[in-house]
Amino acid sequence: MLLAPAVGTLFLWMIVPLVMTLYFSVVRYNLMQPGPTEFIGLANFHYFVTDPDFGPSVINTLLLLGSVIAITVLLGTGLALLVNEPFPGRGIVRVLLISPFFVMPTANALLWKHMMMNPIYGVLAQVSQFFGLAPIDWLTDHPLLSVIVIVSWQWLPFACLIFMTSLQSLDREQMEAARMDGANALQRFWFLTMPHLGRPVAVVIMIEMIFLMSVFAEIFTTTGGGPGNASTNVAFLIFKQALMNFDVGVASAGALFAVVLANIAAVFLIRLIGKNLDK
Amino acid sequence: MTRTDILPLAVRTVSAWTATLLIVFPLLWLVLTAFKTELQAIQVPPQLFFTPTLENFGEVQQRSDYLLFAKNSLITSLGSTILGLLIAAPAAYSMAFFRTRRTRDVLMWMLSTKMMPAVGALVPIYVLAQTSGMLDTLTGLTIVFTMSNLPIMVWMLYSSFKDIPPEILEASRMDGATIWGEFRHVILPLGMGGLASTSLLCLVLSWNEAFWSLNLSSAKAGTLAALIASYSSPEGLFWAKLSAASLMAIAPIVVFGWFSQKQLVQGLTFGAVK
Repeated sequence: MLLAPAVGTLFLWMIVPLVMTLYFSVVRYNLMQPGPTEFIGLANFHYFVTDPDFGPSVINTLLLLGSVIAITVLLGTGLALLVNEPFPGRGIVRVLLISPFFVMPTANALLWKHMMMNPIYGVLAQVSQFFGLAPIDWLTDHPLLSVIVIVSWQWLPFACLIFMTSLQSLDREQMEAARMDGANALQRFWFLTMPHLGRPVAVVIMIEMIFLMSVFAEIFTTTGGGPGNASTNVAFLIFKQALMNFDVGVASAGALFAVVLANIAAVFLIRLIGKNLDK
Repeated sequence: MTRTDILPLAVRTVSAWTATLLIVFPLLWLVLTAFKTELQAIQVPPQLFFTPTLENFGEVQQRSDYLLFAKNSLITSLGSTILGLLIAAPAAYSMAFFRTRRTRDVLMWMLSTKMMPAVGALVPIYVLAQTSGMLDTLTGLTIVFTMSNLPIMVWMLYSSFKDIPPEILEASRMDGATIWGEFRHVILPLGMGGLASTSLLCLVLSWNEAFWSLNLSSAKAGTLAALIASYSSPEGLFWAKLSAASLMAIAPIVVFGWFSQKQLVQGLTFGAVK
């Protein structure tokens, strides 16, 4: 009975949009073309999947997800190890390190777009000029890479924060014993630290997947998916169809596709945490 | 000096500080730019020393009504947190203490709704909001924020309630406590940590939420995330103002985050990382 409100509202939140999306996806429904909506079968799906932007957008989604996860996990582990032992100013370093995570995506994206990556006045351009290199127009020449950098900058602190917390609970006596037995630093890392980090890494990957599957604001405010489709992911493609081309039908077909894509990932993830839950 | 040292203290200190400063550099730059004039902001080479000015902050307020957006952000964040707690807490309570065979399935199902990309629901939610007159209203945004955070809230509360020993509840029930009394006198005090971290996380997520606020709100109910996005036009002539606006939008939540990072880790990882 106490469960009812949560289950009820969540069920509505899920099922109503899903049913509506299903319905929209099989009718002709374009906000710019008034007139009765008519049943057109799977034409919307066909249109969405054969859209020349479709293939690249799927690849971009996966590239973005994979790169950000790889970067944040690897660098995050390194950073966490670096600040794990006490040193002067460690408290301040910790606080500074996690700050980018609390910056809202739109502010983060614009900060990078203008102040960092601008080819004339941006800091990165100035740095490369200082070294006598030609400045790079990041957002035009490497749009997807730029988005990856921006998103990674936001999520690196998150991964780092979780690894730092986890490292604190590493058994010190066990470490000491291993050292006494003659294990070198690399061996200690490999046989003690790594297994200990297994669980936090899984958690970080899971949470990042939830949030990064549909990166939107960062693309919306920086590249607008371009140039061309170079930084369009599935989420942004659907948005373009719905609110820029006003084609509700096609957008809905795309949305269903995104749901399927997400569910494939979800099945895999739920298994992973399902195991953790029983512990 | 600990004995597990691999690198000498000096090397570690220097490298940790270098890495940290590199990572926060964009933020420091933002703060610096916010106090420059527009001309100084785009000067080559950039100026590190200058007379700080406060004019950008005044102008941001004047030109785009910062306070209105800040108020919207505050209302939607707080509103969705409170609403979410009201719905999630009873659910988490009943799942944690009256486990059935289906409890696990329900939890998994809830999490799976969160894995659905928001964009999948964009069209229907947009159409629903439009037909019900909720488009660009604070009520509409609050409801949407609540729903998108609800699965995480239920999960976090569930994992913190689960750590309360059921014997205590048993005892209070023997003493004749009603469900409400039990909730107030046992769960609330014991689950305070979980409730706090859940609220903190929900506040941060709602404050920074950009997808729904960009798509469902504009002039009236726009949040700070949407205000900042409106500064995205390509000319590089207003960096100082952009920085000032960004600084005002992120400062409250970043400072808030500093104080609550411990609880946030516990919460975000469903207590799986301690």
